[in-house]
Amino acid sequence: MTISTPEQVDAAVAEAPRSGLARRFFSNPLGLVPSIVLAAIAVLSVASPWIAPHDPSDTILDQVNSAPNEVFLLGGDGSGRDVLSRLLLASRLTLIGAITVAIVSVVVGLVSGLLAGYLGKWIDSSLSWVNNVLMTVPSVIILVALFSVIGPNTVVTMAIFGVLISPFLFRLVRTLVIAVKNELYVDAARVSGLSGSRILGRHVLYAVRAPIIIIATGMVGAGILIQAGLEFLGLGSPSEPTWGGMLEDAFLNIFRSPLGILWPGIAIGLTAGCLSLIANALRDALEEPAPKARTKSVRLKDEALRRASAPAGTAEAPPEDALLVVSNLRVGYPQADGSARVVVDGVNLHVNKGEILGLVGESGSGKTQTAFSILRLLPEEAEFAGDVTFEGVPLLALSESEMQKIRGKRIAYIPQEPMSNLDPTFTIGHQLTVPMMRTLGLTKKEATARAKQLLERVGIADPERTFRAYPHEISGGMAQRVLIAGAVSCEPELIVADEPTTALDVTVQAEILDLLRELQKERGMAIILVTHNFGVVADLCDRVAVMQAGHIVETNTASELFDRPQHPYTRMLLSSTLEDTEPRKQRVAALTEGR
Amino acid sequence: MVAFICRRLLSGVALVFVVSALTAFLIFAGGMDIARNILGTNATEEQVAQRAAELGLDRPAWQQYADWLGAALTGDLGRSYFSSEPVLQALSTRLPVTLSVVLTAVLVTAVLSAALGVLAAVRRGWVDRFVQLANVVVGAIPNFWLALVLVSVFALNLRLFPATGYVPFLESPAGWLLSITLPVASLVIGGLGAAMIVRSSVIDVLRLDFVRTLRSRGLSQREVLTKHVMRNAAPPFLTVMSLAFIGMFGGAVVIEKVFAIPGVGTLANNAAQRGDVPLVLGVVSVTVAVVVVVNLVIDILNGWLNPKVRVQ
Amino acid sequence: MTQPLLGVERLGVTYPGRGFRRPASAVLKEVSIEIAHGETLGLVGESGSGKTTLGRAILGLAPVTSGRIIFDGEDISHAGRSERRRLAKDLQVVFQDPYTSLNPAMTIESILAEPLQAAGAPTQEARARIRELLDQVGLPADAARRLPREFSGGQRQRVAIARALALSPRLIVCDEPVSALDLSTQARVLDLFIEIQERTGVAYLFVSHDLAVIRHISHRVAVMYRGEIVEQGDAELVTSEPEHPYTQRLLLAAPVAHPVRQEKRRAERFRLRELHREQNLQSGALPARV
Repeated sequence: MTISTPEQVDAAVAEAPRSGLARRFFSNPLGLVPSIVLAAIAVLSVASPWIAPHDPSDTILDQVNSAPNEVFLLGGDGSGRDVLSRLLLASRLTLIGAITVAIVSVVVGLVSGLLAGYLGKWIDSSLSWVNNVLMTVPSVIILVALFSVIGPNTVVTMAIFGVLISPFLFRLVRTLVIAVKNELYVDAARVSGLSGSRILGRHVLYAVRAPIIIIATGMVGAGILIQAGLEFLGLGSPSEPTWGGMLEDAFLNIFRSPLGILWPGIAIGLTAGCLSLIANALRDALEEPAPKARTKSVRLKDEALRRASAPAGTAEAPPEDALLVVSNLRVGYPQADGSARVVVDGVNLHVNKGEILGLVGESGSGKTQTAFSILRLLPEEAEFAGDVTFEGVPLLALSESEMQKIRGKRIAYIPQEPMSNLDPTFTIGHQLTVPMMRTLGLTKKEATARAKQLLERVGIADPERTFRAYPHEISGGMAQRVLIAGAVSCEPELIVADEPTTALDVTVQAEILDLLRELQKERGMAIILVTHNFGVVADLCDRVAVMQAGHIVETNTASELFDRPQHPYTRMLLSSTLEDTEPRKQRVAALTEGR
Repeated sequence: MVAFICRRLLSGVALVFVVSALTAFLIFAGGMDIARNILGTNATEEQVAQRAAELGLDRPAWQQYADWLGAALTGDLGRSYFSSEPVLQALSTRLPVTLSVVLTAVLVTAVLSAALGVLAAVRRGWVDRFVQLANVVVGAIPNFWLALVLVSVFALNLRLFPATGYVPFLESPAGWLLSITLPVASLVIGGLGAAMIVRSSVIDVLRLDFVRTLRSRGLSQREVLTKHVMRNAAPPFLTVMSLAFIGMFGGAVVIEKVFAIPGVGTLANNAAQRGDVPLVLGVVSVTVAVVVVVNLVIDILNGWLNPKVRVQ
Repeated sequence: MTQPLLGVERLGVTYPGRGFRRPASAVLKEVSIEIAHGETLGLVGESGSGKTTLGRAILGLAPVTSGRIIFDGEDISHAGRSERRRLAKDLQVVFQDPYTSLNPAMTIESILAEPLQAAGAPTQEARARIRELLDQVGLPADAARRLPREFSGGQRQRVAIARALALSPRLIVCDEPVSALDLSTQARVLDLFIEIQERTGVAYLFVSHDLAVIRHISHRVAVMYRGEIVEQGDAELVTSEPEHPYTQRLLLAAPVAHPVRQEKRRAERFRLRELHREQNLQSGALPARV
């Protein structure tokens, strides 16, 4: 195939610089600086026997609880030993403990998580049970208890802690592996003939590596704190200096030298803090940078959003008695670089009373954003300009509480995806009645009676049962009927329906379209029907507005639009519909080898 | 729901059993010379052997554990090797002390982190920055060090609170409150990282479709937030609180040393350092049992809030 | 009559009930289809009808509990791993969702190299083949070094098609490959499928919920309803004068993109509904409603 498609042009535009995870991590000062500090601590701790100014166990009586001075740079401890030298040497045990925790917890958590996630079945359930057990065990109590067996042994103690804390990694790895295992690209790899171990190595391990580092960093940080805590309790090595042990000494002398708790505290805090920062920076680096904006950018600050753009499309002036008039609507989202991504760019449209207007376009055309602007339900970061006038009321100028009185009561909304638009934790009855009580001031009894009537009206066979049901107990088609019942419950004059049948099967779609048509006739409401499906438009709409890249390119009555499309984009879209194309002819005889 | 609770209870009992068995096995088979520990280094070999035989320590590990378990099932956790005090009695005086500190700390943490997390998610701005900063800082500071700082500032310098000791609630409620303020504060500050979890789960729920749909029906933002968003964001919060409880129970061991609080932690620490096996085993079993009960309460709460959990 | 490329005979797929005492659920019941060399069999049905499972069973991604799948004269119903690896050369797949069917962390080149490497192709040869494949599906050669997220849905689906074509298979299972795409993109990708078929003689099992798409690409059509094939035959016949009541309902439920003709279709649908209702009443069954 050699034809150049519009997609190819897009691809050329989309060429964006790609930087690796490591580069993104180190270009963040909050990732770079703690990494350097941590590396410095590690170097100091390895070199500590040679750089410590004093022998850590030498005692000088004059220096007992002394303040920092030229002999002991950070002062002396309760026995007159050099705090600085002890700090430096103590970092070695901390380093050993941290490495032990890291190795043990990562090996145990990763291996068990991979096994449980990849193999599933009884291996998964037994490993999950063991990990749930470990997770409910208070590790400090266990470590204290086991001291009676292990004694002061940093490596063994921290190895046990590594096992006790490994469930955090296990759970993460298991969840990720199960998610990856169900990804279609793993199925595709299997169909491509890749062996199980190669799939595990290429696809699964690749997906879990960064989250593992994040969790492991956190676990090492926790290990350092626990180790210090145990040492503070007197369960650390009695012969070597430890940070926790130094804190214990400072604690015993807190009345004489209150500042003594500072130095070991700083050492522990600095080390654990760096780990914490590294985990955070790594998490930030992992979040994929937003794809480069494709629509043209304008700076929000120079009021670009408010600039008047030439009226687009073929919209005639709205009639005097139009129910809703949208003029020059613009919606933009601020980008990280200070510019704005404009998704709706000067839209003009109107809806007459009792009319069904179709708003048609492909994904990214801005049709849903236009619909949400009318309801004032755009995400908070969205910026908008222009005018939306509903029966003389300028909607964009209303306060949130004024708008709240219009939503539901005068302008209602039917969403696309039925299941995700019902709160899973409340019954359907509750979700239907409470808004009626708020907007119409009905009593609970009145609202309940009305809700059941509505459920029956929208074609639900057993309204009583559905009223008491939770959303997960009903089907998608039923859920959409419930949402329609909710939308019409307060007798609105306008309904904004955002792809109300896209998520449904075609036979259910036909029934829902029938229901919408009946309800519209019965109540004389106007509907803005957002859709990408020209069949749905043909079924329901009186007039149609076609959107492309934030603009309305054509507005016309439905019959005119289908018979005599004006704009090339409309013509292109209509020619792409397959409903009435010729069926494919039987295979050319030459190709067939049989039959 | 009843079946759900029964199942959780059963697995809780199994948990106590498994953990105590593991600990006991490690202790009995760990090759520690318990009798020598009790008698000290000056005792002769014969004395040690005699004492070991008296305590039944010369028998195989599994037999010792079986004996302990058999007695434990009838409610007898044995006596301390050193003070001869019944383990159950020792625990019954110490457990309420630790629980009053830990439960108070968990409740305060729950309220504070929920409030901060929700505010950070909704208002963003400085609350959000504070929560994010607190998450990093708090993750880096050992809570017993915080306790030391609090002691030196509020108890030694400002003399607002007692530096050490514990006053039972029934003796003097005001005294109790004063005595646990600093320990609770150090645990709470250490637990504030939970606000970050609340923040992200509230942000996640706010993005869900039904939030927009409920608002389209004319409900106020406040009502949607306080009723629908909070309930949907609750499960991860409850999980974190159960982990916080487990963590704080451990943290209390160290905190108790700083404030000289006569709780389970102090008991465990002393018992472990002396090799007082019955006490160590008793502390572990009872602690795990407490954790099981708290987790059960949290599970029930979760099931009450989320109808889907009940079905599964 | 020579042997068909693929024969599915009385295929059954049953998933064991999840958890204790849950009944097992039969997703496919006695399904039989045949696909000839170079032919497209369209498989149409609604969600939960089992159409995707049929495709997955052929690919070895769903367990066969009864019946047989014969590919090129060989029973592959319970093909083992090594046998499947050999089959990869002949039997390929294009999935519905172009966003999750490509590993987001791999470049297009390594995605396309995967089947080639698994088949043991030397690197140099693989590289040349990848260039050829990109050209075949209408993507620029420099696409190779980029990541999937830099491409639109339609372009990603082209990559997925290129991956399926890599080993020059004889049958590609296409599982709703255009339903996630925009209207205009959908038409272009469908044309690409047809163009490739005419050039290479590959056969398709083309799964879709959209009767119009099925009609556009298929030579023959099979209609699936609740795990069973209720009707199959010549594409033109099945999609214009269906015999089975379900196919009739399906056909009339899809709205036509023209107000006048849609009104006619709607009236026909109402008439059919009344007819079915009367038949149901006569046979004593309750009218079904969603």
